[in-house]
Amino acid sequence: MTDTLTTPLPPLPTSAGTPATLSARNVGAWFGDHQVLEGVDLEMKAGQVTALIGPSGCGKSTFLRILNRMHELVPGASLSGEVLIDGDDIYAPTMPPIESRRRIGMVFQKANPFPTMSIHDNVLSGLKLAGKGFGKGRAAEAGDLVEHSLRSAGLWDEVRNRLGAPGGSLSGGQQQRLCIARALAVSPDVLLMDEPCSALDPTSTRRVEETIAAIAHEVTVVIVTHNMQQAQRVSDRCAFFLAAENQPGHIVEQGSTADIFENPRDERTSDYVNGRFG
Amino acid sequence: MSTNLPAPGRIRTGGLNPDQLFHLGSAVAGSFALTWMLFERILPVTSPLGFAVSWYALFLTMYAVISATTLDRVGVVDRVVGALVATAGAVLVAVLAGIVVFITIRGKGALAHTNFYTDTLALVGPDDGLTKGGIYSAMIGTFEQVALAILISVPVGIATAVYLNEVGGRLARTVRTVVHAMSAIPTIVAGLFIYAMFIIGFDLPHWLPLLGDRVSLPRSGFAASLALSVSMIPVVITTAEVVLRLVPNGLREASLALGTSRWQTVKGVVLPTARPGLITAVLLGIARVIGETSPVLLVAGYTNALNYDPFHGPQVSLPLFVFNLARQPFDVAIARAFGAAVVLLVLVVIFFATARILGGRAPGQVSARKQRRLSARLARRQLVEGNLL
Repeated sequence: MTDTLTTPLPPLPTSAGTPATLSARNVGAWFGDHQVLEGVDLEMKAGQVTALIGPSGCGKSTFLRILNRMHELVPGASLSGEVLIDGDDIYAPTMPPIESRRRIGMVFQKANPFPTMSIHDNVLSGLKLAGKGFGKGRAAEAGDLVEHSLRSAGLWDEVRNRLGAPGGSLSGGQQQRLCIARALAVSPDVLLMDEPCSALDPTSTRRVEETIAAIAHEVTVVIVTHNMQQAQRVSDRCAFFLAAENQPGHIVEQGSTADIFENPRDERTSDYVNGRFG
Repeated sequence: MSTNLPAPGRIRTGGLNPDQLFHLGSAVAGSFALTWMLFERILPVTSPLGFAVSWYALFLTMYAVISATTLDRVGVVDRVVGALVATAGAVLVAVLAGIVVFITIRGKGALAHTNFYTDTLALVGPDDGLTKGGIYSAMIGTFEQVALAILISVPVGIATAVYLNEVGGRLARTVRTVVHAMSAIPTIVAGLFIYAMFIIGFDLPHWLPLLGDRVSLPRSGFAASLALSVSMIPVVITTAEVVLRLVPNGLREASLALGTSRWQTVKGVVLPTARPGLITAVLLGIARVIGETSPVLLVAGYTNALNYDPFHGPQVSLPLFVFNLARQPFDVAIARAFGAAVVLLVLVVIFFATARILGGRAPGQVSARKQRRLSARLARRQLVEGNLL
């Protein structure tokens, strides 16, 4: 078996996404009257991996969901500030939420492949559901896209002989990589990952981290993680979130991963990354 | 490893143990003897119902007393409650079996003749035996009326359930209350509603010239299916809503995060995932209406003749056929009524079995056809790659 990461990928059959810079300006978020985020400014640079770290309940998942307009799907949720993708505000009235979500993909904490679809169809589901699927005459193109996406997600060699099997028949780690492949197949410019490895065993976690490393050049990655070593291993930049009793979640410190972990400016950051709380 | 070791005997952990069996047997026999003595030798009255009730009451008492010889209080209560619950189950099965056996025996005469399934009662007089006439027209009527009711209720019902669950909002609560109220409407009222609304009809305002000046339907199979829909729609909505709520929210979010619209998510992810449950919703709706007589009574009309056209002229259905013939003072007619009741029961069973097989596939299973197609495509791809190398 060839190593998936050294195998050159076949050229993308559709126009590949180009990594985009995502910047959040003065973002605040509420659930009902309860404010959970305040004054968050963060730039997630194109083609880099940005890790959001911090203890539970500090609003980093909420922040991630604001970045592709998933936050507003929760009843009673509201927000302030702006989020720019290469300079365009994704919350502008002229920007349809569908378009923002297509450009900014998401992988969730819990692997959620579509249970009614095969592995093959799960990968193509983003295009198929949006009515941009490949017709009968373009099965070869569809096959190329499936192979490319699954290779990018490091799953191809494990499933190439059973693409027709249901997505739910895979193991947990494989399902999560299938979800990554599914998100990559619509060629997003940014990929958001909400604790993608929290339910996975160490081997699967390593595969997902390898996947992140492999895709980082073609898509901007923003990852929420509770695992300090993981943040250190996969990310170029880090943002440390914290919420206090009467203070909504905010960024305490941000910078290059090396700085955050080796010489943090803030004492709380230093305590957190060294495991003294959280 | 030695192969001569005898396989270890397995310990039975379930079922009745000999001790319990003995207690049960003695309680049954003892209570029977005591009841027999009471009713046949001591009490001046005798009644089968009283006998059964006294026997059961004495049995429970004796069972408790005998069990108390070896068990503590908790154990005795456990056994008595077990006996009560088992009795409830047995009574239910017995009632159902009783109904099926009873109508089958009464309808046996009619069911034995093939003309019963292929003929109608047109031109059949009261003196004609079971070798003439049958329920063909009623079977056609039931099929057409239920099919039309499905065509009306399923789209309306599932669309409403999607609205309640996927769109929601303040209005949804009102709609939900109306649906619950609707499911409590007595079916005869549904029939009356259709009768007053469409059979008697109403004048259209003169500023709507295109539709004519009066809405009025004849008594027909279509009017009957409208009345059935009034009962069927709330059942479909209520069940479908519960089923849609069971679809994990993560799947909706995953789909939306791929850049699909709400409608694409509902169509491509939510409804397919909920499909087996939605089929159950439709089945429950059908089960609710297939045997309904009262909504049909006022609006379908009655005829002995065969009528394939549900839109014109009276059309008989199986429940209506049973209702009409069971009231006639002829043994032949009553036998036909019971025969038709058996056919109705069998139809319901066939209906359920077919729908279960067609739609009962658990979510996550890909159909055999699709599996084959995908593996064929993969084989071709590999062949091409092989040739290139």
